Amino acid sequence: MKRYLPFIIVGIVALATLGSGALLYQAKRPHLLTIPANKAVSGKGTAESIHIRGNPDAPVTLLEFGDFQCPPCGGAAVFIDQLVKEYHPNLKLVFRNLPLPVHKYAREAALAAEAAGLQGRYWEMHDVLYREQAVWSKADNPRELFDSYAGMLGLNLNQFKKDMAGGKARQRVESDVERANSLGVRSTPTVFINDQEVAPNEKTPNGLRAKIDAALKQKPSKA
Amino acid sequence: MNVPRFRVALYAVAAIVSLAGLADATYLTVQALTGETLTCGGSPDCFRVLGSSYARIAGMPVAAFGCLAYFSVFSLATFAAFAYRRAAALLTLLVGAMFLVTLWLLYVQAFVLHAYCRYCLFSAAITFLLAGLMIAIPPSRA
Repeated sequence: MKRYLPFIIVGIVALATLGSGALLYQAKRPHLLTIPANKAVSGKGTAESIHIRGNPDAPVTLLEFGDFQCPPCGGAAVFIDQLVKEYHPNLKLVFRNLPLPVHKYAREAALAAEAAGLQGRYWEMHDVLYREQAVWSKADNPRELFDSYAGMLGLNLNQFKKDMAGGKARQRVESDVERANSLGVRSTPTVFINDQEVAPNEKTPNGLRAKIDAALKQKPSKA
Repeated sequence: MNVPRFRVALYAVAAIVSLAGLADATYLTVQALTGETLTCGGSPDCFRVLGSSYARIAGMPVAAFGCLAYFSVFSLATFAAFAYRRAAALLTLLVGAMFLVTLWLLYVQAFVLHAYCRYCLFSAAITFLLAGLMIAIPPSRA
């Protein structure tokens, strides 16, 4: 019996590891969300302020809940922007803020983007914030950097500062956060394609291409 | 203390310690497979490390290799405790290799990513402990 004991012990541990791994995988497997029709926003003819990149009439909508201080969001921003160009005029990007509490300056960055948006330069600030994420994320006073980005984008700096502190930008961020909460979105980047959430492992350039192509097959292309 | 018995005790401790590493690596592997490491929602530093390109080798999560390594350590330590001599030699080699890989991963966290993931640090501590145990095990008299 003693001869076989190490084999039995190793076998039991192997089975226990595989079993607990499988159970953990089942528990952690993402349950993909769907935006119900009554909560979907087309982006056209709505009173709600949303930020759209690409053709507003595009048949496919990529909705992203993002956080400017989230590193994976920074990575995704680069290829999502490329996809919008690649699929023009069939794809539009809608970006919504979801500054996570674990990111110290994410909320302030979202306010900076919204303040720039009030001067019509939302996407320019969005791009700068992601591009410079590594810099302002580690700064002691990121507000100074946000001001310098505003200056670089040719914004009226006094107005930008007022807007960042004002209620309108805050309201826009809060409305996005409320929307995320109502949909059950908890992490960033959370991406929906035509109201269907994309699985975390599919949030790659090729994964998104496959989803967009499938969505285009369901809806007629503009090309 | 009787030396063979001391050796057996140390191999048993190594096997038990490796189970902690196995649990940690299994958790990280599941996180990587579910795609949780590609999103932010928990510790930002963990996501900076686990979501980086250094967390995968040829598309496979590094944590999966960790699982394999810790399971091998457990198996070899168990066999060594039952006086399988070849297992003892292989265990020393494996722990030595894991020690070097751990040093590399710590370097990446400290100087490349400038972020530390507590699960990775826990794994590093386990590997250092295993390396210490390998040094503490007296050589076989045979």
